[in-house]
Parts: sequence; C-alpha cells; structure tokens
Amino acid sequence: MQSRLLQFRPEGIYCVQGKFYIDPWMPVDKAIITHGHSDHARAGMNDYLCHHLTTPILKIRLGDISVQGIEYGETVDINGVKLSLHPAGHIIGAAQVRMEYKGRVAVVSGDYKVQHDGLTTPIEIVKCHEFVSESTFALPVYNWASVEEQNRQLRSWVQNNQAIGKTSVLIGYALGKAQRIMKALEGLGPLNVHYSIAKLNDAYEAAGVRLPDYHTVDLNTDLKTIENGILIVPPSLVDTNLLRKVPHRAEAICSGWMQVRGARRWRAADAGFAISDHADWNGLLQVIKGTQAEQVYVTHGQTAVFEKYLNEIGIPTKAVKTVFGEEEIQELS
Amino acid sequence: MKEFAILINALDSTNKTGLKQEAIETFLAKAPDEDKLWFLALFTGKRPKRKVSTTLLKQWAIEIAGIPAWLFQESYAAVGDLGETISLILPEPVQYKEQPLAVWMEQIKLLELMTEPEKKQYVINAWQNLPHTERFIFNKLLGGSFRVGIAAKSLINAIAGYYKMEASAVAHTIMGEWHPDQVTFDALINGEHIQSHRSKPYPFCLAYALDKELSELGMEGLWQAEYKWDGIRAQLIKRGGEVFIWSRGEELITDQFPEIKDALLLIDGNFVIDGELLVHKDEIVQNFSELQKRLNRKNISRKMLQDLPVVLFAYDLLEWENADWRAKQLSERRQQLEHLFIHNSSHGLRLSPVIHFSDWEELALIRETARLQNSEGLMLKQKESPYHSGRKRGDWWKWKIDPLTLDAVLIYAQKGSGRRSGYYTDYTFAVKDGENLVTIAKAYSGLTDKEIQEVSRFVNNNALEKFGPVRTVKPELVFELAFEGISFSNRHKSGVALRFPRILRWRRDKTVNDIDDIESIKQLIR
Repeated sequence: MQSRLLQFRPEGIYCVQGKFYIDPWMPVDKAIITHGHSDHARAGMNDYLCHHLTTPILKIRLGDISVQGIEYGETVDINGVKLSLHPAGHIIGAAQVRMEYKGRVAVVSGDYKVQHDGLTTPIEIVKCHEFVSESTFALPVYNWASVEEQNRQLRSWVQNNQAIGKTSVLIGYALGKAQRIMKALEGLGPLNVHYSIAKLNDAYEAAGVRLPDYHTVDLNTDLKTIENGILIVPPSLVDTNLLRKVPHRAEAICSGWMQVRGARRWRAADAGFAISDHADWNGLLQVIKGTQAEQVYVTHGQTAVFEKYLNEIGIPTKAVKTVFGEEEIQELS
Repeated sequence: MKEFAILINALDSTNKTGLKQEAIETFLAKAPDEDKLWFLALFTGKRPKRKVSTTLLKQWAIEIAGIPAWLFQESYAAVGDLGETISLILPEPVQYKEQPLAVWMEQIKLLELMTEPEKKQYVINAWQNLPHTERFIFNKLLGGSFRVGIAAKSLINAIAGYYKMEASAVAHTIMGEWHPDQVTFDALINGEHIQSHRSKPYPFCLAYALDKELSELGMEGLWQAEYKWDGIRAQLIKRGGEVFIWSRGEELITDQFPEIKDALLLIDGNFVIDGELLVHKDEIVQNFSELQKRLNRKNISRKMLQDLPVVLFAYDLLEWENADWRAKQLSERRQQLEHLFIHNSSHGLRLSPVIHFSDWEELALIRETARLQNSEGLMLKQKESPYHSGRKRGDWWKWKIDPLTLDAVLIYAQKGSGRRSGYYTDYTFAVKDGENLVTIAKAYSGLTDKEIQEVSRFVNNNALEKFGPVRTVKPELVFELAFEGISFSNRHKSGVALRFPRILRWRRDKTVNDIDDIESIKQLIR
C-alpha cells in the first residue's frame, strides 16, 4: 500500500508530494483551480494553475494574478507529481485534477456533471486510486430529465409567456447556467442579458464558444426594450426592487433544487426548472463507479448520506468538510 | 388528468392570487365536467378513504427503486412529502397513459375490493405509465390526503367569476355535504342539491385585526363590542327538528357536544346561530386547555360531561325560520337572537354578552382586563353590518390583547414539509430550569425566509446528529416567543403549556444566559 497523495488541511485539499493545493480557501503558495466559480477560485494565492479557458474568468474575477493555463490532457510536473487536467463537464474550462506519483493516482473532481449541455466539453471519467467527489445532489430524488426535455420545457414556457404578453425572466447563475439558458432559448426572440452575465459571456466567446446574439441591459434604464421579451438575470437579483420594476414579468428559477415541489413553492417564482450543472444521483454513481477508486472522499452537499450509501455498496468512502457549495446556496437563496 | 396536473402545477408555482384564479379558469374551460367535480370534491376535503397504506406504498417504491429503506427516509426528509418522494425516486415511466381524473378516482375506489397483490400490480402499473407530476398526483389521490394550494376564497371567486354567479352562492353550494357520485357538476354549481340537505352551513364571517386608532372608527354608538372568546367557533344549525354543529374547519362536530345538541333540540323554531363553544364552570369561562381535553374523542364519558361542561356563547343569528338573515343589520339579528334566548333559557346556551361602554377610552381599559375572563380581547362589530361571507375589511374588527412573551433558546430543529421542505423550520425551544434547560414550546412561524435560511445554516453546522428527522443543536440562538395564554400541564416536562406559541423575533442581542427561567414563567399563570 503506497502512501496517500491527498491530505485535507485547514487551507484546503493538499497534494502532499506535489506541495500544492486544489481550490484552497485560504492563501497558499500554489493553487490548482478546478473551475471559475467563486467558491472554488478564491483570491490571495501566489500562483494559480488552471485550464486555459478558466484563465480569463479568473482574471475577470480576481484581477491581476499570476496564472498558468494548460490544455486538457497536458501534463505538468510539479515537485515530481505528474499533474494533468481532464474535462469535468460542469462549466466552461471546468477540470478534474489528476495527480500521479510513483504509479499512484488521485483525482479531485471539483464540481462535475454527466449530461452534455452543448457548451461544455463533456466529462471524461478518469481511473484513479483516490477520488474526491462533490455530493450536492446526492439523493435518489435528484435525477434530471434529458437536456432536450429540459430545453423543450424551458422554450415552451417562454413561448407561452410570449403568447400572453408577459416578459420571461430567467434566473440562473451568471457563469455556466446563464449561457445554457441562452443557448436553449436561441431563436425565440432577442435575448436580454444582465451585464454581470454579459461580462462572463465574453470569456465564453474568447474561448471560441459561439453564443446566441444578445443585448446587454441595465435594469435602471432599459426597462422599455425588454417588455414582452426575454431577460436573463443572476440569482442575486431575485427579490430586489430592481427586478420588481420589470412590468408583466413571469419569473423562472433554473436550478437543480427546483426538482422538488417544496423548493419551487418556497421560492414562489412562477416556474422552476430543474436544470443543473451538477451531476444527479445516477450521474454521481456512474462517475464514482467508473473511476474504480479504492478510496472515495465526498465533499460539499449530502456528505453524510452519500458516505453511508457508498460504503454500504462496497466503495470505501469518507466524508470531508470543505467550504465549497456557496454557488448552490446562492442559487437557492 | 393532464389538465388537472397543469392546474396543480400552476397553483403550486405562484403565490399571486390573480394567476391562481387564471389557472382555475383555464381548468374550468378545458377539463371534462366529471374532473371539475372531483377537483371541487378534493378541494373541499371530500376524498375517498385511503385504500392503500403508506407503509405498503413506501415498501413497493423502495423495492422498485432498489434503494435501502434508510435512504428512502433521508429522501423523504429532504422532500417533505411522501407521494412526491415516491414519484421522484421511481425510474422514468415506460409510457404515458392519459385518462380523466374521474376515471382514476373510479379505479382507486375499486382498490378496496382487491387483494394486496392485485393492489400492488395496479399501483405499480400506474407508476410505470405516468410522468412525474401525474404520478405525484396519483400518489396523493391514493393517500387520501390531497391539499390543493389555493385559499377557499380565491377558488370560490374564480368559480363565481367564470360562471357569473354570486360568490356567496358558490360558497354555500360547494361547502357542506355532497358527493361526486351523486351529483353532476352543473347541478352542484347551480345549488340543486342544497334544498335536500338540512345540514348546510354558511361561510363564517371573519374579522381582520384592528389596524387603526379607535378614534378612526367614528362614533362609539355605531359599534357593538363583545369579548373575543378562545374556544371553538361553531355554527349551530337547527332545521326541521335536526341539529348540526359545524366547526370553522367545516367539520361536523355535533356528536362531540351532546349537551349542546340536546339543549338546541329543546328550542322552538328553526335557526342558524354563530357562536363559540367553551368550557364553562362555576360561572367562569375556562382556559382553552380545558376544552382541548374534550376534543377528538370517540366517546364523551359522563364524567367528562360533568368535569368539563361545555356552554355555547351565541354571537349572531344567520337564519331564522328558514329565511336567510345575513343581509339584515347586526342590531336586528342580535335583537332576534336575544329574543330567542330569553324565551328558551337553558344552562348550556348563553348569549355572548355585549359590553356596554360610553367612550373608546373606557373600552380600552376593559380590553386590558380581558385575560381575567380567559378572553383573548375584544370584537368590534358595526351595528349596521350584514353577516359577510369570509373575511372582509371594515365592518368587523378583532382587537386582541397584546400577547405574553418570553425569551427561550433553540435546542431542536426539524425540517419543514411542503413549501418549506429542505429548510429547518420547526423549532423546539427551552428555558432555564435552574442550571438545566427544559423544553417549553414548539413553534413554526414568525421568521422571515432569510432568517430561516440563516437558522438552517446554523443547524447544519451545529447539529449533533447526521441522520433522521430531528437535529439537536448547541443552545445558542435566542428567540422571543409570543403566546396567548399559559396553563399548568402534566403532559409537558416543563409543567406548563403555552397557547399559540410563535416566534416574535430573533434576539441576536441575547445569549443563552439571558433566557427566562421556568419558575418565573409559572408566575404568569393566574
């Protein structure tokens, strides 16, 4: 039995032999970043490494930082550890971090999903000895409809609003979800996008991902132009006076939590669509089994439940406390 | 069932009354009559008895989903609804079978005659042929516990609007006793079944809390003041020699109060009275906790009748000798009510006294002493007012005494159900008992959504247990609880029971050292 590659330290997930951290939440020397969501990509590190499509996002969010961007599959040697990034299917540039040292392999997957959303490079399941998995939706009640079906429902809701003269307001996280919504609604009419989303659209387009045409709007001044149209905003605008000013609006929240009736009613939006950039129950199991890992660590989400279940089906698992998951909380609250 | 599913979805996904009414109108326009009838039946609680136990449903779902029972329980805790949990954990349907709601209801009724394996086959077959929302609705229909997410008033208004009828006529017709098997939708809406039923109650007239200065109400002489009693609001009907007692929850409770029934049978004439049922002993109205001992029992023993005698305090007269008196002025109704009671004096039947007062200041002083009578405060009713259907602003006001309060610490939390599933919304609070803590009350409401999210995060980070429904947390968060009354109780460890406890506010400025002690709380009991 070889020594473990990973340690869970107060600063974050640590690669012992490589002497670097993955998605640390306290300032460290060297940080490997799985993706651009703010709970995984934090400020204050001396040196960053991530997928090259994540680089512009980090720069938008964290300013002038020292960052190296690499390709999926490209190998970098850090203190004798062979490090490479592999698609996680979560959002643009999202990567699983593979580390190999003397034949032992560990993978930290960050956030991931199995469904192919049409924008993000689909996930690659990487065989390893140690696997770190999220558990945001690790309950068997969370199984998503197919992407085609999700898009169909979304489109038919918007078309119905158009027919009765309502403005469709779609609420989704600015990085990843918003672009999926845009793609799903392509062709239904002009897409109006809050400027916080437009900023991140640039990162997509810089990466060569083609997004539908859109208008950037400022809700303080542009109310007239969006009447009866389509408006996409981030969750931070929910329940604000700014959004309340939009006349004849119907609001839809796009989030995995919307799978459950209680959550839909809690938010009291006019509609809720279970569209998520996280793996559903079956997706989580498919990936974890696919890695053939002999030791699984589960982080952020349903850790206790998932730990117990995986151990029961014969996959040695430990729950680990991290500070990830802010993105999902934002989407919910 | 497709239209019904769309309706349920629409009612669920908005809290705007206008949109809910729109959804109902769409349903009324599109659904077949039998389905509309069943919708009203389900809404008014006329559902068939449960035909398959929840234990069996759970067992079959677990078997098909291939998950351990504990994981099902965890899922249930996260979803907050059994029918929905089952619907979500089952695999995708193999095909889609569309048939009217009424047909499903007919089939479900037949389950009664089936053996367990037959029931299982039927249920599993339905599960395999229904998409998610319909599957969820099917489970709710099986369970006999379907709640439709709309207030009675909005539903009645939507129907009245759609069929261009009076709202009160619709309310009268869909309330009370009818069965979807014995009436057609048109006949129901037109009220054809009403004449044949003597039990029909009227919608209760409800009051809003007084939200203005007394001086704004105008002349004192225009108003009738009464005590607001804390018992069971009831409608007492005597028509053609039969007596019916309805609770405000539209439940027939005649048999729970035999002494009142007997007393009413002795009165001459036909009438409908609005009043309050109270335990009344030695000429004193007793605390609600006494009345509670009489509720929901199969048999009322002689001893119970003796120890906990119930008296009707009559407020109003709605119908007299088969004529609807609700449109008449309160002063006229009251006069007739007094006339009736003076000529039929009985121990169990009393008039709720009218409070005489010369000016608003005097009335305010009387209100301060209301708790001494075990009353919750006062009612103010415009003497010219009709008896409205439901809650209406302006003519009737309730003017409750300020609640009692105490500071307590959160010690247990449980996830909510329905709308609040996923958050810790049900709290148990404790107060000091010397050096220890003792639980004092459970409370569900009173926090904002944001505060609930914050408390939920605290519970997640500070819970002792990882599984199961209840979380024990570090006694740290202090809340001010309000309650309407307090009495000694053997059922509670603290030795006291609070009436209507609720969270008044989160006291972030206080620590567990600042909470109240049980001994000082007991001083509040008079």
